[in-house]
Amino acid sequence: MENLIALLVAAPLLGAAVLLCGGRRLDRAGHWIGTLFAAASFVVGVVLFVDMLGRGADDRTLHQKLFSWIPVEGFQADVAFQLDQLSMTFVLLITGVGTLIHIYSIGYMEHDERRRRFFGYLNLFLAAMLILVIADNYLLLYVGWEGVGLASYLLIGFWQHKPSAATAAKKAFLVNRVGDMGLSIAIMLMFTTFGTFAFGPAFEATGDTSEGKLTAIGLMLLLAACGKSAQVPLQSWLGDAMEGPTPVSALIHAATMVTAGVYLIVRSGAIFNAAPDAQLVVVIVGAVTLLFGAIVGCAKDDIKKALAGSTMSQIGYMILAAGLGPIGYVFAIMHLVTHGFFKAGLFLGAGSVMHGMNDEVDMRKYGGLRKFMPVTFVTFGLGYLAIIGFPGLSGFFSKDMIIEAAFAKGGTEGWILGCVTLLGAAITAFYMTRVMLLTFFGEKRWQPDAEGHEPHPHESPKSMTIPMIVLAFGSVFAGGFFSIGDRFMHWLEPVTGHDHGHAPVSATTVTAATMVVLVIGVAIAWTMYGRKPVPVVAPRGSLLTRAARRDLLQDDFNHVVLVRGGEHLTRSLVYVDHTLVDGVVNGTAASMGGLSGRLRKLQNGYARSYAVSMFGGAAVLIAATLLMRAV
Amino acid sequence: MNPVNYLYLAALLFTIGASGVLIRRNAIVVFMCIELMLNACNLTLVAFSRMHGNLDGQIIAFFTMVVAAAEVVVGLAIIVSLFRSRHSASVDDASLMKL
Repeated sequence: MENLIALLVAAPLLGAAVLLCGGRRLDRAGHWIGTLFAAASFVVGVVLFVDMLGRGADDRTLHQKLFSWIPVEGFQADVAFQLDQLSMTFVLLITGVGTLIHIYSIGYMEHDERRRRFFGYLNLFLAAMLILVIADNYLLLYVGWEGVGLASYLLIGFWQHKPSAATAAKKAFLVNRVGDMGLSIAIMLMFTTFGTFAFGPAFEATGDTSEGKLTAIGLMLLLAACGKSAQVPLQSWLGDAMEGPTPVSALIHAATMVTAGVYLIVRSGAIFNAAPDAQLVVVIVGAVTLLFGAIVGCAKDDIKKALAGSTMSQIGYMILAAGLGPIGYVFAIMHLVTHGFFKAGLFLGAGSVMHGMNDEVDMRKYGGLRKFMPVTFVTFGLGYLAIIGFPGLSGFFSKDMIIEAAFAKGGTEGWILGCVTLLGAAITAFYMTRVMLLTFFGEKRWQPDAEGHEPHPHESPKSMTIPMIVLAFGSVFAGGFFSIGDRFMHWLEPVTGHDHGHAPVSATTVTAATMVVLVIGVAIAWTMYGRKPVPVVAPRGSLLTRAARRDLLQDDFNHVVLVRGGEHLTRSLVYVDHTLVDGVVNGTAASMGGLSGRLRKLQNGYARSYAVSMFGGAAVLIAATLLMRAV
Repeated sequence: MNPVNYLYLAALLFTIGASGVLIRRNAIVVFMCIELMLNACNLTLVAFSRMHGNLDGQIIAFFTMVVAAAEVVVGLAIIVSLFRSRHSASVDDASLMKL
């Protein structure tokens, strides 16, 4: 069975190679080839999963060593894979949701002449993400990590003829590089501290390591996670990443890319458990991002950007849960999986709406679409109910667990975190209801575009609706399936460990409170957007709304602090270089020149004057010798 | 035997030679002054040789003469070619090797 693990990666990698090297002769079959390889990877994943279920809980980790990558004395890096319950969960999510998105893209990208290349990139994305989650050491994980960055760059900038898309791709890549620096520093620190990159030996060595070093490693890992998972302060790329085709957004937000940070933190649980300070920072980052993303999501009129804010917020939930330590690891991953279902469904739904509306993204120009797109309406609606945590649906179980875990952290910290997560749940209910009402309810608000084409909203083709239906099933049932009998917890516990904590309030109270804030959020949204007609042109709005429309001034902040600051820094450095460094160098040169100009006069070309020097020198030498002898 | 008088004479000859080298401009005279300095040295060598009662100094004096003869050959050749090209035997005229 071990030998199958490499196939997981090999299939999409081969697909990418075939599609990208195959050239135009594959144009007509490219999308099928890409989907086939993604599906093959999913089938291998399922086979491995069934096999894993057949073994005992302690016997489920598989290892496969492909080859020695960098065998140097004292520096051993292998290309080796490790498949345990945590990796397995990710593999199924990535390949499963990834395959559905491939199928969806067949329809969505039908009229794009570069569809073959698109599928090649999608396959590359899957392969990189799979390497990331099944690597058995940090160095190989880094390979996958960078591969994900590259693939996201290619896909976000897929429509590179649009300057905005090219810029967004560059922005995503650059912001990610900041996080990548964190990961590479963390890996270097690990090597000097533990002497190894491999997960197993490194985690065993945490017991003998000082807390300070572990905290440093933890913070660097967190920086890496912030970059990939779009957490504050490296969140700014996510909104712009919406410039990519919608299936890419679905892939980035649900199955790959942003989940990598959560995976990294949960995988490095042993390090974080031993570094409480780092954990505290993780929790704070999660809590801040949770509210940040939610507030941004409330103000956006672009349906994809509203969903992007929502992703940021939901990943904030996961990071927060992961920062809680063993109380939260399981729930972070559980929410990640259920979020994978409903967020992929929501994005595919949004793509379907755009597909029927001439690529219009402004929700204020939708309205009343439920009559025209029944399948999209129902699947999007189920995803909506799941994400706000409607009782019985996926999000209800996973989010409720995180809120309980936040309270169970104990002490003041627990209360603060619990209230933040509750507040987040209320805002989630608000902005998602807003998206729902603006898009599918109310009066139709679309108008002919500049060339006079009236949009004719229509349901999307089967290749697009079927993945949406499958994902809707996942959004509805996954949470319940995982939670009944604590299945998911027992499944992951051998890898992540679990601790119930000590909740100051009972689970029922938390659930009741969640329901109350949910109703409040929905009610406010309904009063604002359901009861009265929605203006097509956005009103000016309050100060907070205007700030949130500009992503809470994240770009302005980056511009003022980083861009301007950087410019000032370089200018002052140039000044120092010109005055101080150049001054010293030029001054030395000038004084040397002046001195030699004077010394040059001694060389006058007269043999007699040279002879004088010779005689003088000889006389001095003789005098010195005699003097020395006398002494 | 007391060499003091010989040494005074040698010092006098050497000084005359050195001053000639430094002061005179005619290359031939400069050359002759160099010979004078060499022979002053020879005189001291021979004087000390007598004083110590062995022949080492005299042998060295012969060497000096041989070298001086060789030097005269080369040096006169240079002076002659210099005179041919510049129509002057003044050492100050040959001051091209400067910046």
